[in-house]
Amino acid sequence: MTDATRTIRFTLNGRAVTARIAVYETLVEVLQREFALLGARESCAQGLCGCCTVLVDGTAVSGCLYLAAFADGAELVTVEGLPKDGVLHPVQQAFVDKGAFQCGFCTPGMVLMTKELLEQHPHPTEDQIRHYLSGNLCRCASYPEIVQAVKLAADKVHI
Amino acid sequence: MRSIGQSVPRLEGHAKVTGSVEYIHHLRLPGMLYGKIHRSALAHARIVSIDASAALALDGVHAVITIQDVLSLVPNPYYGPAFHDQPILAHGKVRHVGEPVAVALAVDPHIAEQAADLIHVEYEPLDAVFDEIEAARPDAPIIHDVLKPAGMFTDLKHLGGRSGTNVALDARVRRGDIAKGFAEADRIFEHTFRTGKVIHATFEPMVSLAEKQGDGITIHTASQSPSFVRAEVSRLLGWAENRVRVRTAFLGGGFGAKLYIKLEALVAVCALLTGKPVRIGLSMDEQFYTITKHGATVRIKTGVTDDGRMIAREVETYWNGGAYADIGPRVTQKSGFTAAGPYDIEHVALDNYAVYTNHPPAGALRGFGISQLVWAYERQADIIAREMGIDPLAFRRKNVLREGRPHATGTVVTDMEIDAVLDLLEKRMDWRRPFDRGTGVIRRGRGLAIGLKACISPTTSVATVLLYGDGSCALHCGTVDMGQASDTAMAQIVSEVLGIQTQSIRVVRPDTDVTPYDMATLGSRSTFHMGNAVRAAAEDVLAQVFHIAATSLDTEVSSLECVDAEVVSSRGARMTLREIMLARFAMQAGTIVGTGSFAPHYKKPDPATGQSPDVTPFWMLGGAGAEIEVDTETGRIEVTKLVNVADVGRALNPASVDRQLTGAAIMQVGFTLFEEMVFSDGQVVNASLADYKIPGFLDVPRDISAGYVEVPHRNGPYGAKGVGETGVFSPSPAIANALYDALGVIVHDLPLTPERVLRAIRQAENRPLGDE
Repeated sequence: MTDATRTIRFTLNGRAVTARIAVYETLVEVLQREFALLGARESCAQGLCGCCTVLVDGTAVSGCLYLAAFADGAELVTVEGLPKDGVLHPVQQAFVDKGAFQCGFCTPGMVLMTKELLEQHPHPTEDQIRHYLSGNLCRCASYPEIVQAVKLAADKVHI
Repeated sequence: MRSIGQSVPRLEGHAKVTGSVEYIHHLRLPGMLYGKIHRSALAHARIVSIDASAALALDGVHAVITIQDVLSLVPNPYYGPAFHDQPILAHGKVRHVGEPVAVALAVDPHIAEQAADLIHVEYEPLDAVFDEIEAARPDAPIIHDVLKPAGMFTDLKHLGGRSGTNVALDARVRRGDIAKGFAEADRIFEHTFRTGKVIHATFEPMVSLAEKQGDGITIHTASQSPSFVRAEVSRLLGWAENRVRVRTAFLGGGFGAKLYIKLEALVAVCALLTGKPVRIGLSMDEQFYTITKHGATVRIKTGVTDDGRMIAREVETYWNGGAYADIGPRVTQKSGFTAAGPYDIEHVALDNYAVYTNHPPAGALRGFGISQLVWAYERQADIIAREMGIDPLAFRRKNVLREGRPHATGTVVTDMEIDAVLDLLEKRMDWRRPFDRGTGVIRRGRGLAIGLKACISPTTSVATVLLYGDGSCALHCGTVDMGQASDTAMAQIVSEVLGIQTQSIRVVRPDTDVTPYDMATLGSRSTFHMGNAVRAAAEDVLAQVFHIAATSLDTEVSSLECVDAEVVSSRGARMTLREIMLARFAMQAGTIVGTGSFAPHYKKPDPATGQSPDVTPFWMLGGAGAEIEVDTETGRIEVTKLVNVADVGRALNPASVDRQLTGAAIMQVGFTLFEEMVFSDGQVVNASLADYKIPGFLDVPRDISAGYVEVPHRNGPYGAKGVGETGVFSPSPAIANALYDALGVIVHDLPLTPERVLRAIRQAENRPLGDE
């Protein structure tokens, strides 16, 4: 275990921030410890389940594998950054409306991935939805409801 | 009905989509230590020595705890719900790979992990046994010197002190005269079916924290059974239950993994020994060594008359319980007695054996052993039907157990809508439509199956409803919301009674210092048991409210009703709940407390025959229909359509019922097609989501739907039954029956991996595949 630490600067949900980190620390660890942001969470610890999803410069990454040091200078968005003025993001609202979760542990990752999907494919087909989200797993298997929520969000985001 | 039967949105929905919902996973306590478990590398061995010096030399390491430290605090460190057989840390020997041997405690999780790796344990290996049939033989290596049944279940007492066996429990059912039945049968069918081991893989990995507080201890734990944890930790410490506080939060999945005691005794001991708060959280791979579903071998022999009636059935099931009993003996008995299926069979003999092996412990996983049995009896049902030239659905209709008829246990079946379930399945599957099975490489098939479960009994739930000075309302109940939407359902019940909007009812998280006793959140029991307790508690509040209102309004209680948080008399006088509180307490003050409890009637089965007039509070019935495509060149199955049908009594929240049935079915699709723990000398070679695949978006059948039959159960709250497990009963045999329909091949073992299916296809074509 090395004691080497460094200071990184990045934009977090629209706000300029700094954090003192150990070089081996992951994004999830730093977001939780330094910023009390708990939406990105570690589950499989191998970048396979998507529970730890964070958007870095607009691209989804696995926060359980992504070293915090690499976030230096980047623009980060977590699920906590989506609501505006206390109003849920349309994707979040669609997940509520369709009841697209059970235990909720994977939900922030699903929401962020859906946001990225809709930015690239504003009107996704069912196949596009399934393939785009296939890197996010839900052990409760709320998959049918999530697909419905994505479709609802696609309708609402671009009205 | 105002709230019941409505798809009320989840109370915690906003918190879940914003990531702010509380999980124990996220809890950090000031000054706490992180624990990392050093685990056994061998399946069965004596511990010669433990050397922690290198770990202790590491900066930031506070302590390394072994069983010697535990014994200074807990002289008898063995725990478990059915048997007191599991030591808090390995005691003299290890019985499975991954068994906790020592815990490194450090100020930082990374240091703790490094320290755990530096602990050196010297072993003297012992012969190990992994297969449940081999382990049950008299010459097998013995895993526990003496059987130690827990006192809680009186019907296990006779096993106390038994030695020289790995069979922890044998449970039997006898009805009629099995020899006579087979003698009278025209045809006899005999098969052996197997299921492998699979795991829950909860996304919030198991986690517990403990902190000493005054002369007591508080345990924060991701647990489905806080009341049990309190009782068992108190017993281990020799403390009164009121010194142990166990609280939980929302669970990131449970499925039976987080039941009884898992990490709680260990974390409590670590906190007491160090005087500091301690957190132990597992990684995903550690979960594979903590609790699994039972693998099972089911031998099933059925006698049938020429007109297609099953008249005799003998089922012998060996349950691979792993190294510690956990709840395995209950699975063995409580599921085992349903092994004849939802059928009306005159002569029945069922034998169930809970067997210790050197695998990680097996416990409850969504269905409590039922899906292993349905796999056998519903697979065999289709083989019988085809051999007898009867349509599979017609064969079932000819044999099913109907209202008023005795089940194999002797309990007369009531409130089970078996014909309605079959009718709905027929309709959803469009069963009479001619079906194109294809002729090329891709073949198609369809199949169906039905399964039965008896809700576990007897268990108790207690609830409290509180009305505060401003007329707002809170519910204290110990049901743990692990994703099934129990909070919302329970609030709907309060809403129904008191006329308060569901969304405005505060549901307090389970906390044994606050919420009353509940046996556990398991076995689809909460809606029925806790639902009844909550309803009684709310009605208790309502009675007190009506009494105050009747006095204030100078009217009779019988003239009052509660609508939209107001009490209204038949003459039109009204009082809000707030005004009623003011009338009673003279200012915004006071609390009205309503309590309710529920425990069903029950009669313990006769140990010799398994007969009981009252074996369960309600029967759960689930059916599935599947259409598949199978690639005859690769053995790959694609489920193109999956229908799940359940008898739910009454759907309190239809959207939640739908999600439970469909989610359970998709989980079972994973167990059917690809999920399987692969072992080598007791080591799980695929202990990660990289190598143990669970269902993702692309595995969900294109056409998946749930349907349910609603005929209110006479004793259920508003007629409801439990539904959390029903969706897992039948998909496996339905899919395998579809394969049988497509190609006529029989696969006896789950999962139906492409390799296994291809081998079966090639075997049937008389050109078997080689071993490589």
